[in-house]
Amino acid sequence: MKLIFEESAAGRHTEYLPEPDIPAVEPDFRPRQKKLRLPELSEVQVDRHYTALAKETRGVNGGFYPLGSCTMKYNPPVNEAAAALPGFASVHPLQPDETVQGCLEVMRQTEAYLAEITGMDAISLQPAAGAHGEFTGLLLIKAYHRAKGDAGRTKILVPDSAHGTNPASAAMAGFEVVNIPSDADGYVDLEELKKAAGPDTAGLMLTNPNTVGLFDPNIEAITRTVHEAGGLNYYDGANLNAIMGIVRPGDMGFDVVHLNLHKTFATPHGGGGPGSGPVGCKAFLRGFLPGIRVEENGGLLRRGEAAARIGDVRSFGSNFGVVVKALAYLLSIGREGVPRTAANAVLNANYLMNRLKGLYPMAFDATCMHEFVMTLEPLKQEIGVSAMDVAKALLDYGIHPPTMYFPLIVHEALMVEPTETETRETLDAAAEAFRAILEDARRDPEQMHGRPLTTRIRRPDEVKAARKPVVRYDFGD
Amino acid sequence: MNFPRELKYTKTHEWVRFTDEETAYIGITDYAQDQLGDLVFVNLPAEGDALTAGESFADVESVKAVSDVNSPVTGTVEKVNEELADAPEKMNEAPYDAWFVLAGGITGTEDLMDAEAYEAFVAEEG
Repeated sequence: MKLIFEESAAGRHTEYLPEPDIPAVEPDFRPRQKKLRLPELSEVQVDRHYTALAKETRGVNGGFYPLGSCTMKYNPPVNEAAAALPGFASVHPLQPDETVQGCLEVMRQTEAYLAEITGMDAISLQPAAGAHGEFTGLLLIKAYHRAKGDAGRTKILVPDSAHGTNPASAAMAGFEVVNIPSDADGYVDLEELKKAAGPDTAGLMLTNPNTVGLFDPNIEAITRTVHEAGGLNYYDGANLNAIMGIVRPGDMGFDVVHLNLHKTFATPHGGGGPGSGPVGCKAFLRGFLPGIRVEENGGLLRRGEAAARIGDVRSFGSNFGVVVKALAYLLSIGREGVPRTAANAVLNANYLMNRLKGLYPMAFDATCMHEFVMTLEPLKQEIGVSAMDVAKALLDYGIHPPTMYFPLIVHEALMVEPTETETRETLDAAAEAFRAILEDARRDPEQMHGRPLTTRIRRPDEVKAARKPVVRYDFGD
Repeated sequence: MNFPRELKYTKTHEWVRFTDEETAYIGITDYAQDQLGDLVFVNLPAEGDALTAGESFADVESVKAVSDVNSPVTGTVEKVNEELADAPEKMNEAPYDAWFVLAGGITGTEDLMDAEAYEAFVAEEG
């Protein structure tokens, strides 16, 4: 496929805007010396170019997408319809409160539902993504210790199975990161945690279920250990889909949480629209929350601010359209649908894991939650076929590869998260694909390094792309 | 897998080549590069930075992941191998020539393993 620049021809364009009738004004800044080198195409060429690109994309709508840890669940179009309602889509954040009562009600209601699901007392919808939520949550923890005059709490404890964003967010928030090892079963090593927790502990960041798809049975002992040391517990909501409506982070001893609306609450990921990473907290942290606090006053909803707010972490109150979509999702599935979603996600993962168990070794021998991790280390040792090879071969079966080489504590990891919306037939087809790939690999290991065979682009040179990246168009001058 | 006899090693897969009692080159082992896969980036410390045994002083990025590189010794960075930043593939091609830093004023060497012990450690871990 050609780049849009390669389709360009001088002078080609589409004239569909009327001539401006507002007089031109000389800018008071220095105009650029050279003309912008934008590609010149007719409108239909541009349309076809992007349509062709769109056809090359792969989404949940295109097929099974078991990308572990990402919760690539189906995004029902009803969410989009709700977000596109003119009363939501055509408002401006600077409009007076009395003209956006519906929007404020959406924010208030969504906050209330998310607080109920997480066991928190207050929510801020402001953070724009998961890691942004982590950063915000850590600033709450920092503000809490600072307000108590406890300046010596400079360390955040992070298990070695954590998402890479956890230590990164802690470092961004100005904390020192202390790595807590996992035990042989993949859980937090409680003895190591007890050794690490102390008067310099600001808090602990934890995902539960953790990144290997296991629910930590010691969770209460873990959060108690941190509380007894004077620290706070931060819940990374990345894996909330496994437990929502069944257990609540607030009841496990967590003080701060973030959620990924684009994971758990069926709003689009990344390219499909902006993310949203609301932060929730217990009542004693409420005063530090950033963003808009919706309050009722004289029969009207008003936008207010928390008294000791940490300051805004972005402009305005939220990625509002995403909030509408999440609320539409929650209202569609309802009170019973929330725990049923979690139960189905866990059931689907366990079904697929058990179908694959005899073929591929699992990293941990336990009932999994919403995802499971297999290790291809033995296969690699035996016949030189890696997790990468198997992941690439799945493309030949129309399946998006699982997450590879994560978590780092498992060698040659493949992390599979089917999500709740997949049918048994889809899971069976995936299991059959995994089986057929293994058979192919044993018959002829060499051909595995050349997979996929059926995609237009076979195997990009990732090493060259990382070492010598080409990130802009070369005009040849 | 290559385990040069004249080097010292750590459990986190770094090697140390002493030029005298207090000065040594530091890099990552053949086993480390093999496990990490193709390395595409290295983040090196600056001259004069303090090194603490067991603590991260650099990080490397492969197509799989970013990993910390721990200092095998306590000391100070005397020289940095800037060439490595432009040619991270050297860590894969010749891990024992691809030194990260030259450390001076070294103390805290008691936990280092000799080649035999490291080879046994790798065999056990693998």
